[in-house]
Amino acid sequence: MSETNLIELGIAIIVLVGTIFGFISSIGFIRLPDIYNRAHALSKSSTLSVLFVLLGTFLFFVMVEGYFSIKLFLGIFFVFLTAPVSSHVICRSAYRCHVELAPESVQDDLEALIEEYTCKS
Amino acid sequence: MFFQDNWSVLSFTSGYLIGLLILFGLQRFISSKYYLFTLLDVLKLFLLFIAELFTSSMVVIGKILQPKINIKPGILSLDTSLQGDVEVTLLALLLTLTPGSVVIEISPDNKVLYVHAMDIPELSDGVRRSQIRFERAIKKVTRP
Repeated sequence: MSETNLIELGIAIIVLVGTIFGFISSIGFIRLPDIYNRAHALSKSSTLSVLFVLLGTFLFFVMVEGYFSIKLFLGIFFVFLTAPVSSHVICRSAYRCHVELAPESVQDDLEALIEEYTCKS
Repeated sequence: MFFQDNWSVLSFTSGYLIGLLILFGLQRFISSKYYLFTLLDVLKLFLLFIAELFTSSMVVIGKILQPKINIKPGILSLDTSLQGDVEVTLLALLLTLTPGSVVIEISPDNKVLYVHAMDIPELSDGVRRSQIRFERAIKKVTRP
């Protein structure tokens, strides 16, 4: 096996790991009970999967094509910047709209604050 | 810059290194922190974040792939000692990016973060620990 083949094999494994993470996060999206838990599975494991896929693409361009693509790093950076904001806003608006927590939930510290807040205004 | 006909990476790097040395020598007369140390702290924060991302991803994936989902989710309140919009935003961003915790709400006086954790008995200690580590690293970056 030549050197290029070996490099391509390694890159293929990285991209495969990324897609496996994405697959697991979609399984979690189906199986978890309520919107807050789904936000965990959906926003974060998919961040990891995007990281792996873009990293594999970056390594492919550097090692095989000999081309240093800064755009892929920008992609990783912006996904990391925007994914938590979106999941935060979705969870927050869900809580403000009184979406119930899953029945398994054991603790809710936020209830008092929201009640106080809505009574004041 | 205009004295040379061809610009090379070597001349750029050597000039940059000389500039760094001169700036380091003049450090006593400049009030702000040496920016290379801040850069190192940013790098350390990033590495810490990557490590947290991997360990807590593994926890969440383990939870998802169990044949019967056995989780006790809930909302924790975390007191933070950070001040200012930049520091609190950075902490909320990093805590949200580490799986197993989503920042849902921040109290109006910026003192308390309300975090939804996926499995309270297992993760609440971990969330507190990573919060303390993140706070220490963030303070190093933002404060002189």
